[in-house]
Amino acid sequence: MIKLLYFASLRERLGTGTESFELSAGIATVAMLRDALAQRGDVWEALTTMRNLRVAVNQTMVGFDTRLKDGDEVAFFPPVTGG
Amino acid sequence: MRISISVQEQPFDTGAEIAALTSGDRGVGAVASFVGLVRDANDGSNIAAMTLEHYPGMTEKALQDICATACQRWKLLAVRVIHRVGRLVPTDAIVLVAVASAHRGDAFAACEFIMDYLKTSAPFWKKEETTSGSRWVDARESDDQAAERWKISDKR
Repeated sequence: MIKLLYFASLRERLGTGTESFELSAGIATVAMLRDALAQRGDVWEALTTMRNLRVAVNQTMVGFDTRLKDGDEVAFFPPVTGG
Repeated sequence: MRISISVQEQPFDTGAEIAALTSGDRGVGAVASFVGLVRDANDGSNIAAMTLEHYPGMTEKALQDICATACQRWKLLAVRVIHRVGRLVPTDAIVLVAVASAHRGDAFAACEFIMDYLKTSAPFWKKEETTSGSRWVDARESDDQAAERWKISDKR
């Protein structure tokens, strides 16, 4: 299992901030995970249509080609706006 | 090197923080600080309040990494970063970055560097309450450019 987190406008659109997800053999990278989640349809399509979606794996911002392993914490969110 | 990071709902006292930063360190010759405040207007709308969301755990790690990078790049003696979360209103302070060094050049540059990187890589998000409802703040391209210039410019 991996832990998924969603923040800010994305969290509101999806209606959830966190979930556990079974990492199947076909999902090797962040991009594949994003596409698999988007295939749930409806609001989940935001993961592929949202401009400038960002991702962090184990609390570090990474690119979408990053490989995933069991136990990872993966967070999707819009560009940050702190400061 | 002393790096201290806080993510908190409570207000902070800038004067007390700077005093604590330099207390007892006779090598400090310069302190540069930046305080960010909530404005009452943004992108043409009046702002009544804003709520800051963050990613607990990653936020502290990202801020620590930014400060560690600054410490490698400039000769710094101490760094203090405080970022508030939760609901804030105009005139409230959101963020403090204070940097102590022997000479002003390192403190000035590192303070600006930390703020520029915080804006683009620390996981905070602002939601504004305007007179016509609430909205998530869009990231600014100018913030990306501000962070980007530290990659191409030579070490100051």
